[in-house]
Amino acid sequence: MANLKSIKKRIVSVKSTRQITKAMKMVAAAKLRRAQDNVVAARPYARKLREVMERLAQSQESDPHPLMVRRDTSPRALIVLVTSDRGLCGGFNANISKAAERFILEHRDDYSQVTITTIGRKGYDFLKNRQKMGQNYAGVISKPTYQAAALIAREVIQGFIAEEYDDVFLFYNAFRSVMSQDITCEQLLPISAPEMSEEAESGVQYIYEPTKGELLGELLPKSIEVAIFKAMLESVASEHGARMTAMDSASKNATEMIGKLTLIYNRARQAAITTELTEIISGAESIKG
Amino acid sequence: MADKLVMDLVTPYRKVLSVEVDEITATGALGEFGVLPGHAPFLTSLKIGELSYKQGNSVDHLALNWGYFEVEDDKVTILVETAELADEIDLVRARAALSRAEEAMKKLLPEDKEFRIHELALERALIRVQVAGKAVRR
Repeated sequence: MANLKSIKKRIVSVKSTRQITKAMKMVAAAKLRRAQDNVVAARPYARKLREVMERLAQSQESDPHPLMVRRDTSPRALIVLVTSDRGLCGGFNANISKAAERFILEHRDDYSQVTITTIGRKGYDFLKNRQKMGQNYAGVISKPTYQAAALIAREVIQGFIAEEYDDVFLFYNAFRSVMSQDITCEQLLPISAPEMSEEAESGVQYIYEPTKGELLGELLPKSIEVAIFKAMLESVASEHGARMTAMDSASKNATEMIGKLTLIYNRARQAAITTELTEIISGAESIKG
Repeated sequence: MADKLVMDLVTPYRKVLSVEVDEITATGALGEFGVLPGHAPFLTSLKIGELSYKQGNSVDHLALNWGYFEVEDDKVTILVETAELADEIDLVRARAALSRAEEAMKKLLPEDKEFRIHELALERALIRVQVAGKAVRR
């Protein structure tokens, strides 16, 4: 009888788990829609900024901007890793963190030292005992703001100017669809001059105010901010997508498990009834006998 | 030569405006400037300031916070961190920010690091109040 009771308990507990995973899926779906809208809304700004940058980079100044200088001596690298603050989203955080680790392994010979800066708590937790960690920005990813991205960008740029590291890479999950995310690695610094598009090469002389160099000097840090902001938005959208998928399959698994347990429960119940019946009948037989 | 300018105003969060206008006035790094249709290609950075554009007889105002302004072929692209339409501005909040910044600046010396932060906050608040005032009058 104790067996029957414990199975019943299991069923109830799995049922409540399913309820939670279902609710989480719904929440993720709602949040995903908003995150997706944000990604789309941020696109025009990034595109226009790039256009302006192309135009400026067109006729390169004689001495390049400090953020565009490539340094070769014993390079050190910084990885900016965008993860989430919360778990329960499948392999989302593990995949991107592992990609960063693999990158370090592959470039062991190229860099004397690689530091990882994380945005989001999960990446930090994953890597803190294995890699050299830099700053960790937690609590900004759940609600990405441009201000937060700008702050992170400023600190990254400061470190670069101070020659704490010579290359900066940005790792994040780019949003492709609800089901899939692309692990993306972009080089943030030094900035390579954007390819000139055909259009930008028109012969018209532009008026620049203040000078071209000054404009570029302001624009380059801005482009880093935008890149980080975009990565954060993409990552958030991916996170919700990943969570939705993970919770969906968790709910399915729970349903399957409830079915199996119910079957076991019914079998056990039937067996118990049969035993009881046999006992009663044999008891009655013995009295008659 | 077209007789209208196409103006796109975008921030990292959204596309704020995409309209046809007759004239634009903005605050550039080197001071206020105006743009009419047929302007030469032009690129400048914007300071914290006011942007106004004219459509027919009506003039609309916006408070901008740092960005870029580009004109090419009567197409105007404005990239800014924040843009607030005159009637979107919360005047009470802007006034509060103004007095807060003023208070903070009184306690600090111009050499302090925070002084600049408050000075910028003051500028932003001033522009907001100024732009909001224009919306009320209209």
